[in-house]
Amino acid sequence: MDFSNIDRILDKYDRSPSGIIRILQDVQAELNYLPRDVLKYIASSLSVPLSHVYRIATFYNAFSLVPKGKHMISVCLGTACHVRGAPKVLEKIERELGISPGETTEDLEFSLETVNCLGACALGPIVVVDGEYNGEMNVSKVDELLKKIKQGGEINE
Amino acid sequence: MSKFLSKQDLEEYRKKIINSRDPNKIIIALCGDTGCQAYGANKIADAFRKEIKAKNLQDRVELKITGCHGFCERGPLIVIYPKKIFYQKVSEKDVSEIISESVVNDNVIERLLYVHPETKEPIVKEDEVPFYNRQQKIISGMNSVIDPTNIDDYIAIGGYSALEKALFDMDPDSIIEEVKKANLRGRGGGGFPTGVKWESCKNAPGDIHYVICNADEGDPGAYMDRSLLEGNPHSVLEGMMIGAYAIGSSEGYVYVRNEYPLAVENVNIAIKQAREYGLLGENILGTDFSFDIKVTRGGGAFVCGESTALMASIEGLWGEPRAKHIHTVVSGLYNKPTNLNNVETWANVPLIINKGADWYSKIGTENSKGTKIFSLVGKVNNTGLVEVPMGITLREIIFDIGGGVPNGKKFKAVQTGGPSGGCIPEEYLDTPVDFDRLTELGSMMGSGGMIVMDESTCMVDVARYFLNFLKDESCGKCTTCREGIKRMYEILTDITEGRGKEGDIELLEELGWVVANASLCGLGQTAPNPVLSTIRYFRDEYEAHIKEKRCPAKVCKALIRYEIDQEKCTGCGRCRINCPVEAISGEKKKPHIIDQEKCIKCGICHEVCKFDAVNII
Ligand SMILES: Cc1cc2nc3c(=O)[nH]c(=O)nc-3n(C[C@H](O)[C@H](O)[C@H](O)COP(=O)(O)O)c2cc1C
Ligand code: FES
Repeated sequence: MDFSNIDRILDKYDRSPSGIIRILQDVQAELNYLPRDVLKYIASSLSVPLSHVYRIATFYNAFSLVPKGKHMISVCLGTACHVRGAPKVLEKIERELGISPGETTEDLEFSLETVNCLGACALGPIVVVDGEYNGEMNVSKVDELLKKIKQGGEINE
Repeated sequence: MSKFLSKQDLEEYRKKIINSRDPNKIIIALCGDTGCQAYGANKIADAFRKEIKAKNLQDRVELKITGCHGFCERGPLIVIYPKKIFYQKVSEKDVSEIISESVVNDNVIERLLYVHPETKEPIVKEDEVPFYNRQQKIISGMNSVIDPTNIDDYIAIGGYSALEKALFDMDPDSIIEEVKKANLRGRGGGGFPTGVKWESCKNAPGDIHYVICNADEGDPGAYMDRSLLEGNPHSVLEGMMIGAYAIGSSEGYVYVRNEYPLAVENVNIAIKQAREYGLLGENILGTDFSFDIKVTRGGGAFVCGESTALMASIEGLWGEPRAKHIHTVVSGLYNKPTNLNNVETWANVPLIINKGADWYSKIGTENSKGTKIFSLVGKVNNTGLVEVPMGITLREIIFDIGGGVPNGKKFKAVQTGGPSGGCIPEEYLDTPVDFDRLTELGSMMGSGGMIVMDESTCMVDVARYFLNFLKDESCGKCTTCREGIKRMYEILTDITEGRGKEGDIELLEELGWVVANASLCGLGQTAPNPVLSTIRYFRDEYEAHIKEKRCPAKVCKALIRYEIDQEKCTGCGRCRINCPVEAISGEKKKPHIIDQEKCIKCGICHEVCKFDAVNII
């Protein structure tokens, strides 16, 4: 495996163990997940035990140890979205995609996750697809949304 | 741009900006906050840019992308200055008309105005809209006036003059005295007196002191810190600079929640600009005060909002809180004296320095001074951010500003304080909002989430919701928190799924007491609050679930069923087509029925029926 891009990230943070969260954030942003070999490489480059790297990688929700799909669907389950019916929206998406939060479809097209408040509560329930916010979601709007993503079209009307 | 080397440099520059700006130039302030972006504000901005260019109006009008204006329910929002014309629910299609009518000509487009819900009169000016005119926006008000990515805008409205005053007319002790006198209390939840904290940190021995801004905003239903950091980042930085000077710190951090990309971006831009102007860095404004700020992104863990966990996280460790026999003001980040304050707390500081403690402490109640920003969300007509003086009643916030509960439903409770807070029922709506009164009611001020619930919200489900959140977010260090919350969650799940039994309520109360009293940090200590407060005020709802296996709000799936009203059903077939499990049958134009064996209670039929014929029983 070629670790040159990892080296670049490590250098950006002076290979300092206290920069490890930022290092993992950058790796996650670049590779979409944290592959095992990369974690091993980071541990040895920073001279910290692999268990230390794993402890951080598993503590924070922002990190994933498995590959994510091409499209990331995040359903907000914050309080405001919850009382406005987010659980039903989530259920519908789960049913349509056949996966639960934290999982990725077999064809690596979709990953589903839940988040706690995206700070757009006024428009709840919120579903974010690849960084685009979709407000005032309900069960009927889910079909339309999934269809649009599959067609690769614009999500926001 | 050369750095300001003195107070005069900054003052002259301020004058220069103000003079170079044409007061008659029309400014279209478009909210570009995360919320309005979700409504498509970016496209509207592009359309305005194109239209202004096409019509060659660059000299007459300027488009300004601002932070959150507050009235998120009606987004995308624009305000046209200097007349303060307020347009709501604006879309791309309206852009060219706005330019031709309200910029080129002097007309108001009635269709885009806010209509008073009672008088039905259209309202032209922003400050006449009932949602705004009862607020006192001393902290968030500038959000809708300035471009947060342009430091000149902040300087033009008097920005960094409090820093000047602090550096040149005051000394560290008198700054701390002023903050103490203003009786500013922490807006991050606890309400700890800020001046006292600063003083302890200043007096703690050590050559290095740190100041940190807590922008982790973990409360799932609150977004005021985000909108301040997105909309007016310099006010937060200025507060931190003044605090750092008073405490004797030369290094600061802003710890921002991972889920807030725009806030991270804007605060980074602000820091960069402040450095370029010499407002951060060595020898600020020619004095011997040096200070710089770094931004750290969180990793998506609620517990990292807790002071010691946050500091561990900045150090690159997992965010587990530690016991605080030694306070963080004495030994915090890298074991150095560290002063942590919330975003909104920091944003209050420049105001107190500029206007003085006497002015500031006139606002609010005896022990809670100033204003508080709340995110008013949930089942309320006017969702958005509201900034109100402390001491205003919950009723005024929810009904006068918030416009009450939508769809003619009945108000049930308001949740404040996030996962550490509680639900307050109708009979206490006339309680003035201040730190102590909310605590007396079994809730708390918290960081400012205010979630309105109506009769269709199940309080047992809400309690279960918060415990589910806390069970996932507990770092696992304390057994009582890790296991206790989980057990409480299991009991609540049993109750909502029809397996509740006699004695469950008492068991929840007992467990709650243990979790609260035997956990190390605030997460565990306050985790039982959502349960205990709902038991306190809505015990009958718990009992209905347990004894009668009935969910009065008709939310808990296991305790309800869907049925089609044979009188109302027109046989249109919408529900049949939309049912994901083919549980609905019936001939065209004849009443349909639901097969209860097959039904998974997803609620789609209820949602899609146009004739209100699907009942929840
Ligand atoms: C579990 C937990 C989460 C917290 N989350 C936050 C937060 O998101 N933002 C915040 O400002 N304070 C949060 N706090 C409170 C902080 O520990 C701290 O009291 C506060 O940042 C101090 O600032 P203040 O005095 O200006 O309020 C949290 C506390 C606990 C126990
Ligand atoms: S609760 Fe969903 S965006 Fe805040």
